[in-house]
Amino acid sequence: MQAEAVRCRGLTKRYGEDTLAVDGLDLDVRRGECFGLLGPNGAGKTTTVEILEGLLEPSGGDVLVLGRRWDADERYLRDRIGLSLQQTYLPDKLTVSEILQLFRSFFSEGRGVEETIALVALEEKARARYETLSGGQRQRLAVACALVSDPELLFLDEPTTGLDPQSRRMLWDVVLAYKANGGSVVLTTHYMDEAERLCDRVGVMDHGKMIALGTPEVLIDSLGGRQIVELSLDEGADVDAASFLPIDGVHSARILHGRVTLTVEQLHVALPAVLSALDASGQKLTNLSTHRATLEDVFVNLTGRALRE
Amino acid sequence: MSEGPGSRAIAIRELVLFRLRLFYREPGTMFWTFGFPMAMSIVLGIAFRTQEPDRIPCAVVRNEASPRVEEILRRSPDLSSEVSEEGAAGVALRTGKVALVIVPGAPPAPHTYRYDATRPESRLARALVDDALQRGEGRADAFAARSELTTEVGSRYIDFLVPGLIGLGLMSTGFWGIGFSLAEMRTKRLLKRLVATPMRRSDFLLSFVVVRALLLLVELPPLLVFARLAFSVKVHGSYGALALIALVGGLTFAAMGLLLACRSDNPQMVSGMINIASFPMYLCSGVFFASSRFPDALQPAIRALPLTALVDGLRAVMVEGAGTAGVLRELGVMTCWGVGCFALAIRLFRWR
Repeated sequence: MQAEAVRCRGLTKRYGEDTLAVDGLDLDVRRGECFGLLGPNGAGKTTTVEILEGLLEPSGGDVLVLGRRWDADERYLRDRIGLSLQQTYLPDKLTVSEILQLFRSFFSEGRGVEETIALVALEEKARARYETLSGGQRQRLAVACALVSDPELLFLDEPTTGLDPQSRRMLWDVVLAYKANGGSVVLTTHYMDEAERLCDRVGVMDHGKMIALGTPEVLIDSLGGRQIVELSLDEGADVDAASFLPIDGVHSARILHGRVTLTVEQLHVALPAVLSALDASGQKLTNLSTHRATLEDVFVNLTGRALRE
Repeated sequence: MSEGPGSRAIAIRELVLFRLRLFYREPGTMFWTFGFPMAMSIVLGIAFRTQEPDRIPCAVVRNEASPRVEEILRRSPDLSSEVSEEGAAGVALRTGKVALVIVPGAPPAPHTYRYDATRPESRLARALVDDALQRGEGRADAFAARSELTTEVGSRYIDFLVPGLIGLGLMSTGFWGIGFSLAEMRTKRLLKRLVATPMRRSDFLLSFVVVRALLLLVELPPLLVFARLAFSVKVHGSYGALALIALVGGLTFAAMGLLLACRSDNPQMVSGMINIASFPMYLCSGVFFASSRFPDALQPAIRALPLTALVDGLRAVMVEGAGTAGVLRELGVMTCWGVGCFALAIRLFRWR
């Protein structure tokens, strides 16, 4: 039986005396799955991934990647994983195919440079220097450097941060194609739509701990309702979150930055009831919006904070 | 070593190509490697070109005896003199406009020479002035010596300067070419990205060494050809010995560049360290003037500097015609520095 792609227990990373970046993390990534680590900046995602990549030493805990340990089998693992760091500047004066040729030369097996370029749709830029590439093209090249060895396991640390929507979708297609061929992926992101689109399972991290784990659907269902209603009331109005709970169809209510956020099951039932309740109590609405529940709402629900605060 | 992809030979070849491409695609490095030494030798060659020896300037303080002194000195081919007031003559001496001030004495009172004995030119002026005045007043020479004047190729300043500039160039390309680019690779996390592949670290460092050696082959000949065409500077010793010294020197400074950049991820910090390391050698190692001018007490330290060894070795071969056997001490000094720095750099090197 093949070992899990990643298995870690009680993973801890301490910086100096009082900074605990990762605090006793347990994590399993199955073969062939795409696992997403979610969380705000500073949650410990990058530290966790760099430990899994063998670039950082953990302060404590046990890490197995592809069933092996970094200290015993570094060369074996290096030859079989591909990764892109959160930020890498490749050499400005080299062309796309020269950079891939360089990375390919380090691995004992892999795919051809041209094939890899086709994989990330950079054919037209094969002879262009790195300095002339756009942000999205650079990021696709960084992923190509990870794919040129045809790895069993791929680590991507915030692969689409700062990219335009079109570039993000192109990168998503690359990751989905890799997964469709049986590869395993660990990626970090603070975009919930990215996690919902790519990941079979996600782990939500905050302050170095895993605060939720499951498929995106299960996590969203855990909110108790699949629709979110956000409303703002006249300034000075005295609002109590609990006053919304008795309303028919409202599962939970919280107040964040003066806005009331309600989780409801059926919008067409709950919304008229909320409006008439407000009307009855004489409070005036200044803003009202609704959306389908996302992982973003899951994070807010778990921590009481928005993701990108 | 197998020849398939992933074999070490291929990885080293790709790393070497990577360094070479960065080198020749960067206009700045091309200038510092080739343009700068040539520009420097043109400028200094013009400034210190061989010319008629200048007359040494002297001042004669105006008094009743000065016309007689002035008349005798005017006949000397080696001196130029002017009569001025006491104060003006003092200022001219202090500011170096004249080498010597003569206060004429009305006979039987003697003349007085005022000068700074630490200035070689002043001591020369004293001898010439005294000789001219003594003769002018009737002293007879015991014999008339014959002078043979020569200006031989090999003894000019430019012959001294070119090996110095070559040594200086090898030092700065080693320091900057390796030290600065490593620091930049670390800042931009390229080093971390490479270490995340199965790349062997020794292959990576080896590629730097190989590239330095290859670049020597292309950086040295143009300078030698240029110096020969522009200033008739010849290599009197063997080219083999010259190549060996340049190679050992180039690799020594490459190892020192590696050490200077082995930990820092801040290019400004590394450039500061490179400047600190270069500056003493820039001044003391005899690039622009002979290091023997420094006091004897400092000589052992100066001779132990790698740039002194390199420049002395280059000069021994180019000017004095020495072979490899004549520069073993210099080769030894450089090898010690190179091996020591390389060993230390490997121990201290920070890969992330």
